[in-house]
Amino acid sequence: MTEATVPPRSRSRVWRKLRRSPAALAGLLIVGFFVALAVLAPVLPIADPLATSWTAIRKPPSDIYLLGSDDIGRDVLSRMIWGAQASLMAGVISVAIALFTGVPLGLVAGYFGGWVDIIISRFTDALLAMPFLIMAIALAAFLGPSLTNAMIAIGLSAMPVFIRLTRGQVLAVKTEDYVEGARSVGLGHIDIMSRYILPNIVPPLIVQATLTVATAIIAEASLSFLGLGQQAPAPSWGSMLNVAKNFLTQAPWMAIWPGAAIFLVVIGFNLLGDGLRDALDPREH
Amino acid sequence: MAPVLSVRNLTTAFKTDDGWKSVVRDVSFDVNAGETVAIVGESGSGKSVTSLSILGLLDPKRSRVTGDIDLDGRNLLTLSETDMRKIRGNDIAMIFQEPMTSLNPVFTVGRQIGEVLIRHEGMSRAAARQETLRLMERVRIPNAQTRIDEYPHQFSGGMRQRVMIAMALASRPKLLIADEPTTALDVTIQGQILDLIKELQAEQGMAVLFITHDMGVVAEIADRTVVMFRGDCVETGATSQIFAAPRHPYTRALLAAVPRLGSMTGQDWPLRFPKVDMETGAVTPQPAVVGSVAQGGSPVLSVKGLVTRFDVGSDLLGRPTGAVHAVENVSFDLFHGETLSLVGESGCGKSTTGRSVLRLVEPREGDITLDGYDVRHLAPADLQRMRRSGQMIFQDPFSSLNPRMTVGQTVAEPIVKHGLARGGAARARVAELLDQVGLPAAMMDRYPHEFSGGQRQRIAIARVLGLNPKVIVADESVSALDVSIKAQVCNLLMDLQERLKIAYLFISHDMAVVERVSHRIAVMYLGEIVEIGPREAIFGNPQHPYTQKLIAAVPVPDPARRGLRRAASVDELKSPVRPRDYVPAVREWAEVGPGHRVMVA
Repeated sequence: MTEATVPPRSRSRVWRKLRRSPAALAGLLIVGFFVALAVLAPVLPIADPLATSWTAIRKPPSDIYLLGSDDIGRDVLSRMIWGAQASLMAGVISVAIALFTGVPLGLVAGYFGGWVDIIISRFTDALLAMPFLIMAIALAAFLGPSLTNAMIAIGLSAMPVFIRLTRGQVLAVKTEDYVEGARSVGLGHIDIMSRYILPNIVPPLIVQATLTVATAIIAEASLSFLGLGQQAPAPSWGSMLNVAKNFLTQAPWMAIWPGAAIFLVVIGFNLLGDGLRDALDPREH
Repeated sequence: MAPVLSVRNLTTAFKTDDGWKSVVRDVSFDVNAGETVAIVGESGSGKSVTSLSILGLLDPKRSRVTGDIDLDGRNLLTLSETDMRKIRGNDIAMIFQEPMTSLNPVFTVGRQIGEVLIRHEGMSRAAARQETLRLMERVRIPNAQTRIDEYPHQFSGGMRQRVMIAMALASRPKLLIADEPTTALDVTIQGQILDLIKELQAEQGMAVLFITHDMGVVAEIADRTVVMFRGDCVETGATSQIFAAPRHPYTRALLAAVPRLGSMTGQDWPLRFPKVDMETGAVTPQPAVVGSVAQGGSPVLSVKGLVTRFDVGSDLLGRPTGAVHAVENVSFDLFHGETLSLVGESGCGKSTTGRSVLRLVEPREGDITLDGYDVRHLAPADLQRMRRSGQMIFQDPFSSLNPRMTVGQTVAEPIVKHGLARGGAARARVAELLDQVGLPAAMMDRYPHEFSGGQRQRIAIARVLGLNPKVIVADESVSALDVSIKAQVCNLLMDLQERLKIAYLFISHDMAVVERVSHRIAVMYLGEIVEIGPREAIFGNPQHPYTQKLIAAVPVPDPARRGLRRAASVDELKSPVRPRDYVPAVREWAEVGPGHRVMVA
């Protein structure tokens, strides 16, 4: 409809700016690398991640087991690559769930205020009163054990933070003259929220989202440990870490690789998020 | 006698991506004991950087200060940061522009002043309290005995600035640097603060370095004046001489661009500001806006008995305990092509009136007719249509445009939303609108941050013009702009009025600008209009005591008339917050002349 007549945000501008930032490119590279690993897992020439071997229990990295083997003789490299699927999905999809539920709720609460705000905010307070992991466990247990349900549970548990954050940002931006200006030229609530408020509150949301990716990957690990996430024996980085912590001194490689992978992915998302935030802001050169 | 402060060849450079860039070049001046020197200039002239350089408050990693800054014979530029810290607050004291944020909200005012005495003077608590009381009385804070234990939020802006001055004076500084100390204050309060600084200076014999953009304030307070323009000091001299016989073209231009109260006597119509060339100082007078008001027509905006209140507080049952009576029984008419100015000080309800007539806030009572629409009883769809007739331009050009939309999107949006044009036609219309406000159409794809304040205000005007509004509410729309830019934007508004017969509800606290642009004026005080009438009647024959006080308080850019008009007084603006059972008084009006009415009781 009307949007067509207004020149769209130039995607090439965002991309151009993103390309000029080395940090953002590094982030993109890291994230892209792990995504590629996850996607290509079935075709890569690697061992079966589930195949156990009684002769190769906790072997250090060698020619046969490039990253070593775990406590029941499975190839760590293969499990790392297959586990990337579960972990990345747990990280990204649950954050997406949190964003897509939390941001609209926070937007509505902050924008309309009054009773809507009271109801949403009290609900958020109640959710925030519960520890993140406990709530995720309770939700996952309620939904039934599976990776999908774990992602939903993590996403919903992370949601209240996004409601809070969004609402606070909306309250700040709402008082800007340009928002009242938008009202005075006769724009509707949807237009004002989507074109005037949302784009101006994106930066803190991106930062929060990239940080939450890390929390979600770890949370998935905890749920797997309790049998509520990725179902054993299928691998995820979190569940690998969980097992590895029992053998930290005997077989450190079991913990190092998944730990490093989570660390790298989180750094990657952070760098990418920072770059994206700058690239989306027309004020940044 | 040697000067207290002697600045020689001060040059300050900032590190940028393209290397070092000097923002203040080769500035020299002296400030003697008991003397006030004003540094005056527009934004970007380097006046604040000069004061920060003197205080050594610039980040040494990103800035480079060279030259000599001698305070009582000591070159401040050679001192270490530790030594500078002893000088700041002791030998040199500062007051800044924003009194609302410069006090710590969690400590009482008395404790904050006392802190300075204990730290710098080594007084005991009891002695510090006595001295604090004495200082509060010296800066003329009424009821100092009780107010000493109050918190900053219980003080008005003017009173907080008095507290800041008391803190600055606590250490008996040799030099007081005041950076735009009255800019955020209302005009009647501004006059009182200026008087206070002068009196205290006379008592204490300190030197004052006064930074301001306001030629009226300069004329009021300064013995000597330093005029700065884009980092250079273009002229220095006695204030009286600078005003009487400016030598540099820029000084002449600056003085010519300043709106002067009283310059409109004998003029029948709003008069465009003269065109001033900032390089040469050449002044070209511009024509008046003649006959933009249709004779004998019906008003395009008619307001009757408007009441707007905001609830405050809540009791046990959640009911409000009182209300801000922001607008109380306000009535006026506005005709096609006319400018009605609403003047008054902060909190008088002028902005709320403007927002109420466009229903950006919900009025409680009253009838508003705008271009045939009964504004208070419109269905949502009609409210959207009404928006085409009545538009608003805001004060702060830096917050009135969405930073995430290009200028083209910003200007096109209302046109597209209201279905007036789309696609290529919308783009063509945007180009035409930008041209009307004096901006090249090629700027369409740029973002607001790439524009100056004046240009942004033009963009905001282009945006609302797209709807062909009959009425524009201009809420302090030129207040934040530099004098030369202010004149240009006012002229633009007047051009548009003449051409398009737009009616303006011009909300402003700047009496000199109001005198220039208005056909009629309404003076507001505590939510009510106290006097309304034709411009020449209000300025020539003000009847209400508040109108008289307001006009008298405006600083006049003429040092010869300094301090003649004001009786020393200490006022605080009254609060419009009333208890829930408050019944507004019934007012009586008197007709002074044709269309000139004043509240008498």
